[in-house]
Amino acid sequence: MTHVLSDVSTMTTRGLRLVARDTDAMITAVVLPVIILLMFVLVFGGALDTGTEYIDYVTPGVILLAAGFGAANTAMAVERDMSGGMVDRLRSMPVNAWTVLSGHVVASLVKNLATTAIVFGVSILLGFRPQVTALEWLAAVGMILLFVGWITWLATLVGVLVRSPDAAGGFSFFVMFLPYVSSAFVPVDTLPSWLRGFAEHQPVTPVIETVRGLLTGDVAGTPGLADPGGTAALAITWCVGLGLVFAVAAGLAFRARR
Amino acid sequence: MAAIVTAEGLGKSFARRGSTSPPVLDGLHLELEEGTVLALLGPNGAGKTTTVRILSTLLRPDAGRATVGGLDVVRDARRVREIISLTGQQVAVDDKLSGAENLTMMGRLAHLPRRVVRDRVAELLTAFDLADAASRHVGTWSGGMRRRLDLAAGLLTRPRVMFLDEPTTGLDPRSRQALWDVVRGVVADGTSVLLTTQYLEEADRLAQRVALVDGGRVVAEGTPARLKREVGEAGVELTFATPSDAARVAPALAATVDGARVRVATDGSVGHVRSVLSAVEAAGVAPEHWEVRAPSLDDVFLTLTGHAGTTGPGGQDRPATTTGVAA
Repeated sequence: MTHVLSDVSTMTTRGLRLVARDTDAMITAVVLPVIILLMFVLVFGGALDTGTEYIDYVTPGVILLAAGFGAANTAMAVERDMSGGMVDRLRSMPVNAWTVLSGHVVASLVKNLATTAIVFGVSILLGFRPQVTALEWLAAVGMILLFVGWITWLATLVGVLVRSPDAAGGFSFFVMFLPYVSSAFVPVDTLPSWLRGFAEHQPVTPVIETVRGLLTGDVAGTPGLADPGGTAALAITWCVGLGLVFAVAAGLAFRARR
Repeated sequence: MAAIVTAEGLGKSFARRGSTSPPVLDGLHLELEEGTVLALLGPNGAGKTTTVRILSTLLRPDAGRATVGGLDVVRDARRVREIISLTGQQVAVDDKLSGAENLTMMGRLAHLPRRVVRDRVAELLTAFDLADAASRHVGTWSGGMRRRLDLAAGLLTRPRVMFLDEPTTGLDPRSRQALWDVVRGVVADGTSVLLTTQYLEEADRLAQRVALVDGGRVVAEGTPARLKREVGEAGVELTFATPSDAARVAPALAATVDGARVRVATDGSVGHVRSVLSAVEAAGVAPEHWEVRAPSLDDVFLTLTGHAGTTGPGGQDRPATTTGVAA
């Protein structure tokens, strides 16, 4: 156990180098979120009435969507490790399974932190004016990272289980779908009732509402999530719960794979 | 000398319940003497890789037991991992990292102190002739260089036992030679090596003992010299237009006949080859083609097991009329 921290730091350094030198991953982390933000604000924004400035409404959603795209890169990086010889070498060394995988996860958190900063930066240039204290900023970023955490552990599990890079890449379809069917881009009461039920009860919605509430004070977005404290608690429970489940599953799958 | 790696009656099957496919390992025994090289020689599908994966703690055997350094590979897997290194069939280095970065990472994961890692990385890069390229991304390196780096990555800790799974498959002859030199150096430094190979020559050059693996068990075991003696050194192989031509030549030579093909064992000397060719000429039939060929893995199997290897590596399966030496 004494080596866990040093191992995680070694594997994180590796993960960050791999991300920073992967043109695909860098475009996904830096360019794509900005394009999506511009598209939503400048193209769709004019037609959407959310009761607030659309840029205030949509910025948190773009960040979570970017986390989903980035997760697909993580799934592919883990798959590369598994199908290449790296996993055999690491498993034949006195290194813990979770340590190996957490390198990718921590690297993903750092990468998404950078994405978050960039999206907030561009958003502020476009007129986003969050009325927040430093503590609220911190809480909002913490909430985003919790979300990135569970989705990255899910991506890691996918990367361990699938047997081809294409399958790992296909993961992005699933994670793209989640933020779209939530209150990230449109209020859920504009959705048809059968979709609304899903949108109100999936993890992205309470996370979005919490981040939006922290940044803009707009808390009445989704019926049933009007209490900020309860919404935050629900969001944290979702993220931590899913994160734990997928982290444990990923580690077990890593050890079980021959 | 003591055995540093032992396997007793290893069994492993990947078959689903109800399937009739045979087990991958079927009671495999082996022993690696400390400070030596043991080569597992066999065709694809013989069970070589599965053996290595069990010995390096990646896979649990269904039956039998194995030890490395006196430690059970299942019960003491974690401690076994501290004294071994595995270089698998696939090169396990990151293309987007430099050579030095790759080695440093492995040194850190092996929990060596920072300064030791730095010294050892520099030492290995120089020893493996990789120092000039050390700061370039490994993705830009040649296959041979990547393989050498792969080996170096397993050597940072000076492991007591090194497992090499087909280390030279896919390498050009010069890279293969360079890699053999590296392995000899490793052994000279006191590491015991268990390697798998499909090449008789590789086993011959590197190993003190060779275990012939087929159908999940060791079918013959001995020094390379003994195996070669039993197989015969090289052979003059002549292909005739018809089997009857071949039959006409054969009596004049100590030859084995296989249809229209004739093989005569030779020491490869000019004198002997000339005398074989003269005898053929004297018999009055001209071969369509002839060559002097070193014994292949197929020949070894044919001779020592009486049948061709399960799925010979690129070698044609030929029903032969060789007089087999029972192993």
